[in-house]
Amino acid sequence: MPLTHHRWRDGPPSPALRERVLSGAERVRVGVVGLAAILLFLLAAAPPAHADDFTTLVSALGADSFSEKEQAVIALGKLGDGRAILVLTALKDGRLLKAPDGRILIARGAKTIDPLSGTELSDVAADALDRIRVNNRLRGALEGALGELTLFSVDPAARYAAAQDALRHPSPGQAALLEKAIAAEKQPDIRAAMEQSLSAARLLSGSREEQLAALRTLGTTTDPQIKNLLDQFRAAPDTDPELRKAAETALSSIENRLWLVGLAANLFHGISLGSVLLLAAIGLAITFGVMGVINMAHGEMIMLGAYAAYVCQQLFREFLPASWIDGYLVAAIPVAFLFAGAVGVALERSVIRFLYGRPLETLLATWGVSLILQQMVRSIFGSPNREVSNPSWMTGGFDPIGGFTVTWNRVGIIIFCLAVLGALALILNRTSFGLHMRAVTQNRPMASVMGIRTARVDALTFGLGSGIAGMAGVALSQIGNVSPNLGTIYIVDSFLVVVFGGVGNLLGTFVGALSLGIVNKFLEPVAGAILGKIVVLVAIILFIQRRPRGLFALKGRTVEAEA
Amino acid sequence: MPVSPPGPRKSAWSARFWAGFVACGIVLVLVVPILNLWVPPNSVVAVPDYLVPLLGKYLCYGLLALSLDLIWGYAGILSLGHGAFFALGGYCMGMYLMRQIGTRGVYGNPLLPDFMVFLNWKELPWFWWGFDHFAWAAAMVMLVPGLLALVFGWLAFRSRVTGVYLSIITQAMTYALLLAFFRNDMGFGGNNGMTDYKDILGWDVHQPSTRLGLYVASVVALGLGYLLCRFIISSKLGRVLLALRDAESRVRFLGYSVTNAKLFVFTVSAVLAGIAGALYVPQVGIINPSEFSPGNSIEIAIWVSVGGRGTLSGAIVGAVLVNLAKTWLTGVAPETWLFFLGALFVLTTLVFPRGIVGLLRQARWTRARATAGVPAGEQA
Repeated sequence: MPLTHHRWRDGPPSPALRERVLSGAERVRVGVVGLAAILLFLLAAAPPAHADDFTTLVSALGADSFSEKEQAVIALGKLGDGRAILVLTALKDGRLLKAPDGRILIARGAKTIDPLSGTELSDVAADALDRIRVNNRLRGALEGALGELTLFSVDPAARYAAAQDALRHPSPGQAALLEKAIAAEKQPDIRAAMEQSLSAARLLSGSREEQLAALRTLGTTTDPQIKNLLDQFRAAPDTDPELRKAAETALSSIENRLWLVGLAANLFHGISLGSVLLLAAIGLAITFGVMGVINMAHGEMIMLGAYAAYVCQQLFREFLPASWIDGYLVAAIPVAFLFAGAVGVALERSVIRFLYGRPLETLLATWGVSLILQQMVRSIFGSPNREVSNPSWMTGGFDPIGGFTVTWNRVGIIIFCLAVLGALALILNRTSFGLHMRAVTQNRPMASVMGIRTARVDALTFGLGSGIAGMAGVALSQIGNVSPNLGTIYIVDSFLVVVFGGVGNLLGTFVGALSLGIVNKFLEPVAGAILGKIVVLVAIILFIQRRPRGLFALKGRTVEAEA
Repeated sequence: MPVSPPGPRKSAWSARFWAGFVACGIVLVLVVPILNLWVPPNSVVAVPDYLVPLLGKYLCYGLLALSLDLIWGYAGILSLGHGAFFALGGYCMGMYLMRQIGTRGVYGNPLLPDFMVFLNWKELPWFWWGFDHFAWAAAMVMLVPGLLALVFGWLAFRSRVTGVYLSIITQAMTYALLLAFFRNDMGFGGNNGMTDYKDILGWDVHQPSTRLGLYVASVVALGLGYLLCRFIISSKLGRVLLALRDAESRVRFLGYSVTNAKLFVFTVSAVLAGIAGALYVPQVGIINPSEFSPGNSIEIAIWVSVGGRGTLSGAIVGAVLVNLAKTWLTGVAPETWLFFLGALFVLTTLVFPRGIVGLLRQARWTRARATAGVPAGEQA
């Protein structure tokens, strides 16, 4: 199905969004490459107003007494100059050196660097330098100063983390520093986080007006930390009644927001689970609907698709340049479709076609096939989970309203699922194969009389259903580990989706999967994950009593013939 | 494919049947204990102590297969929930055995089983009341699976859920129970289940003599279960079941209550499965939620298929043979077991739909017809 994967290429997420939620690997890279970048940045953008202070404070670090050094460290921390991070880190690691002429230098490997300009110095003799000593007291001051300075780091993720940290442990002294940081901050989302932290700090220490303003600002957030802070503020015995009232308003507004966020998060996770179920169940709906065949090996087709994605990833890693690795997913989709589809056609030709009209026997035989496939994969790849990593354009996510993260891999699966559904609807309604398929579903003998090769339609239908299961496996590999019993996790659920939605009906499968997903996710916080699932299972069992043919039942003569 | 004998129906209770039944009973009840107790252990024919509970386990599986054959072979209902009825019976017995431990547990609590002490339970939950009496536990072994089957069957058969739909919702039921019993706060030991039993009715479960007793109890239960099933299928109800298996709507239009017939036989079958589970637990010494896994329930169907669907003795033969193969293969080459089991599923459904006993019977009829001068091709 070549149509579908164009949707996946819908441009990578915007750099601003990606920067903020850096993955672990990227953070390491920032750490390694970052120092050079810091120097460049400082050369270009160092605020000259602070230059003199900075120079004096840095040379004060070379003082003989520890208390002088400590004062200099604290002052550097308050200064809000990004260059100080380098200097203080070097001091902490014992890499800050003092030349005989009083200059302060940073050692990096065999080189020495001037902290003021960031350039390498070649005119100093290494053996003439003294290491500047630190003691425990000074180390404590260094930690504090560095913590405050990360607000000015060049790494946006570090700045964001620092702002969050300031929110978690608000202290009266931070207000001034945060104000400075806000003034320097260019990225709106980080600035917003800093402003929250500033409000929290002002709530503790500011004047009455500042406290009121802070309460108003904090009322627009969704952070549980802020909620705790406000709770404490309100509960404090000496709080002014007006402030207390403002705090209560802010709290109730936060609670409303949190409720909305919870709703949105449940809805998103529900839709996400629903789309996974839908992908897993579409293929089943086709084979069950068209051929009346219960394919218990359907879960294993999903599993095979997931392993196809794993193999594609390994091949890309092994044989192609490293920059191509993100493309493995695009290659994995058709590979998984073709591979699982071929296995499906082989299964139909070798086993299932002999069992038409005996659905219970088909169930048993395909269960046997599923056991064989599972054990085969276990023998080839081993039982431990295999990890399929997200390509870089599917990692991370964004936070639309604050409070929960919409991850790109989930969004990708939802889009992919809709694309598959759309492509399938096109195939069913707009191609001659689809026409034949529908004809065979509605009236097999008549279709045969009209010259449709029903056996061929059966094999291809089975292949199509299995191929879609294979693509579902690729999607599942993006949100979890790949293991030989991946399929068994989804098989019961996908059967329930098909039975709930009604057999042989794409709309039914769509509605069934989405409603099951959403109901599941809304029950989870109330009843717990497992109990929620049990409730859903029992509800479906009861529902089938009321409507034995599902939500969107086929009507007419074919219905009785099927049973 | 179920087997129905051609020609006029012979009485189900002929002298020949009784002779065979009693002979089998004597072999199972007497020979194994004699070979175990009075034959010197180094002899070739001796049955060592470890084998006795294993044989007992096979017989429990035989009873379980019998219960599934009763509804699948004769009424056409493929239940994928029989593993659940079996496990429920097993849990009832397990609860009795846990209460018998008394103060001999690790924590020495006279009232609470170890896992409850571990989870900080303060008092015995209400559903554990009465399980210190064997009679109560024995009643629950039959009542719990029976009631579940009654309610579930009433809901399903009343609204005419048939065929694969029924299979799928019974599987959903099993799956829901699996998830439920995995929860620690259900009060059934969570995923560890219940184990470390001490004694049953005052006898030490680890003693060879007790195990022999349990084995004999399994033989008796299997024999009685077989007679009950044979009684049901040879009665008028049995004829109705066969008829509704082959043409449900027609039976309904003829005025029979299909729902009640199915419900009755489904409930009886669940009770038999529960008894099998109750006998199984003291012999293997553990019950845990994995007994509920949907795969187990499907495996029962393949025992029945291998032996011969619609032949009561076939179900027992199939269960014993497949489990013998399982014990042997998982010991010799564990990774081949699933290949073997999978192939068994495919081959029995594709190539030998009649199963072992079905094939033997077919051969006998063919021979009988050939001697009577009827061409073999005429039978369907």
